[in-house]
Amino acid sequence: MSGSLSLVLFSGTDDKLMAAATLAAGAAAMDQQVNVILMFWALDAFRKDRIATAHGLAYDAARPRPNEPVENVGALPWLETFRQAKELGEMTIRACSGSLDALGLDPDELDPIVDSAGGIASFLMAAEGSQILFI
Amino acid sequence: MPATVTPSELEAITAAKVVDARGSACPGPLLEAKKGIGSVSVGSVLEIWSSDPVTKTDIGAWSTKVGHEFLGVLAGEGYERVLVRRRK
Repeated sequence: MSGSLSLVLFSGTDDKLMAAATLAAGAAAMDQQVNVILMFWALDAFRKDRIATAHGLAYDAARPRPNEPVENVGALPWLETFRQAKELGEMTIRACSGSLDALGLDPDELDPIVDSAGGIASFLMAAEGSQILFI
Repeated sequence: MPATVTPSELEAITAAKVVDARGSACPGPLLEAKKGIGSVSVGSVLEIWSSDPVTKTDIGAWSTKVGHEFLGVLAGEGYERVLVRRRK
């Protein structure tokens, strides 16, 4: 392993998750350890019962884009890209236990790509010396 | 990242495996390269086909980082053939 990348995922829209998945998969391919913690709306997007449905776009999109591929459900394969990151390298995805509590979710309700529930200290320990991005 | 072989040497290389990543956007071709390199033996060449012009630069950077040899690029019809020799 050479270096690491740590992502705090907060936003749960498909575009932001796709950007995060691209970074995670790129880092995994470059032999970097990837640490991800899911909070609030990003955590909500990983719910088993909703993960395959559309999660909308960030406010940055500003207007409906009916003729652009990004508006089509399934046009942003972020889950598949996260799966590839996991397959290609070392990536741990933690569900922030405080956010689980705030959303009234049980870890069993999350997609199995999420490794475990975790506290912030364990994420920060894993992220020590790493770049941390908040998305 | 400068290629290590001349164009005519590059033409003469037969890849042990060809991965067709045409039509796939970043990071698709890079991930295919990472996946594919493990399936050729050390010293053999992996060829990645991509229609994304940034793939060659990205695969060059990746090769340097992870320790493989970026050999260069050959032009296909509407795509590029990126050649990497597995070094470890």
